[in-house]
Amino acid sequence: MPLSLEEVEHIAMLARLELSAEEKNRYRQQLSELQELDTTDIPPTSSVSSGAGHLRADESRPGLSREALLKNAPEVERGQFKIPPVFE
Amino acid sequence: MAALRHGETSSRELTRACLARIEHLELSLHAFLYLASDSALAQAAAADRELAALRKADSQSTQPLLGIPIAIKDVLAVEGLPCTAGSKILEGFIPPFTATAVKRLQEAGAIVIGKTNTDEFAMGSSTENSAYGVTHNPWDTSRVPGGSSGGSAAAVAARLIPAALGTDTGGSVRQPASFCGVTGLKPTYGRVSRYGLVAYGSSLDCVGALARTAEDVAILFQIMAGRDPLDATTADAPVSKIEFVGADTRLPLRGLRIGVPKEYFVRGIQAEVEAGVRQAVSVLEGLGAEVHEISLPHTEYALPVYYILAPAEASANLARYDGIRYGPRIQAESMWDIFYRTRGGKFGAEVERRIMLGVYALSAGYYDAYYGQAQKARTLIQRDFEQAFEQVDCIAAPVAPTTAFPIGAHGDDPLAMYLEDVFTLPANLAGVPGLAFPVGFDRAGLPVGMQLMGKHFREAVLLRMAHAYQQVTDWHLRAPSL
Repeated sequence: MPLSLEEVEHIAMLARLELSAEEKNRYRQQLSELQELDTTDIPPTSSVSSGAGHLRADESRPGLSREALLKNAPEVERGQFKIPPVFE
Repeated sequence: MAALRHGETSSRELTRACLARIEHLELSLHAFLYLASDSALAQAAAADRELAALRKADSQSTQPLLGIPIAIKDVLAVEGLPCTAGSKILEGFIPPFTATAVKRLQEAGAIVIGKTNTDEFAMGSSTENSAYGVTHNPWDTSRVPGGSSGGSAAAVAARLIPAALGTDTGGSVRQPASFCGVTGLKPTYGRVSRYGLVAYGSSLDCVGALARTAEDVAILFQIMAGRDPLDATTADAPVSKIEFVGADTRLPLRGLRIGVPKEYFVRGIQAEVEAGVRQAVSVLEGLGAEVHEISLPHTEYALPVYYILAPAEASANLARYDGIRYGPRIQAESMWDIFYRTRGGKFGAEVERRIMLGVYALSAGYYDAYYGQAQKARTLIQRDFEQAFEQVDCIAAPVAPTTAFPIGAHGDDPLAMYLEDVFTLPANLAGVPGLAFPVGFDRAGLPVGMQLMGKHFREAVLLRMAHAYQQVTDWHLRAPSL
């Protein structure tokens, strides 16, 4: 069943992607096509066992400096990331 | 390396020769996104001073790669060098840290000469999805090098560099290795640290190495492998030294059992690929290995399972690119609009598509039908391998259905492109190691590759097999005429 334009817009909103009308149309077709790769016929089994996994001791240790971490930011003010106001 | 130790050549000569060859061929190949010429030459000079001091003291370096230049796929962070992941959304980003895999090679004396091209965020099978232009296959520059580690594979194949790092989430080391005629290892999941790797599909991503021979790949692998406190998914499994037998051993593979899965020799496979793989299997048989036909019955589900799980994980991993903390920002009045515009404007089409696919598969009402089912099906694929490895020590199969395809052949047809990965995805889903290496050429003169898949943490078996094969064949020594 092909996706509706509204569904595509909803997914794009969830993904925070601004799409042009042309992109919406293209992804609508392609996502619908990919739905054919569905797994509904696959018999369910037990869950996937995860492989390796280690937790280190919860101890503080030196990290990267504030300066190093802010260096790549598009906008910085007084040692902090700068963004437009979220709450007016 | 022996030549470096004995002073017959120097690290500076070696590094200069690589840089000169890159400069000469880069215009026709575009394997690199960034060249660190100055820092590489400075490090080479330092390596030469150390090598000279060691010769004077008549002692050997403890650094196995001292003075050897290598290239790094541009999804791994190297402090001070740009890291774009092939994406506009990381344009200008300079990581303040170095990936553990790279750091271990540097500590072993290796010199990073540059960053290689990749499909954007390692999503693709051709490097055509790079935001910075496609890499060309050195065997035929009108064709793709494979992907996503296409830059690394092309650089090694064209003799621009002796070895390079790649990453493999669904085949991204093995398929370009196959398309370019080099040897490439995807280690066991959790074997090599991913600290400093731009995350794509975290339950699948592996850092691997590409070089001309299994022996060189083994050297890099052994240095990189092992537990890293900075990556909680790394395993404790010991990394023992891989022993290679000499060329004079008559039956070096005696006692090893190879499985040939019937599901990998089906519709759509190029006849020369099948013939090349079968011929290579008989060479291995001639070296003493036993060959059995086996079955991996759930192989056909690997593609749909992967294209639900990987995009689902990617949609979460790529949520961090928001134009706030790093990377470019498309300025807007509200923070929400910064998100929409920066992400919509800077991600390429394939990345947007996979994010959309992933968000869709994870969204309310669809989660059980897609993600939940895919996770279950993944278990079936893992069990296929477990059962097969009760009968055999490794599995031999084609890497991709065809040899390198022409640039633009799949246009905007994501399904055709996804089918390229059909033989490489299962190893990622099962977390087992896979090694690709050249086993011949097709009529068009393009390399044919084969992959060996092995038990968890048994990379050594695969590397020893490929090494034995490379002692009696010379496909890996052939170089493209450029």
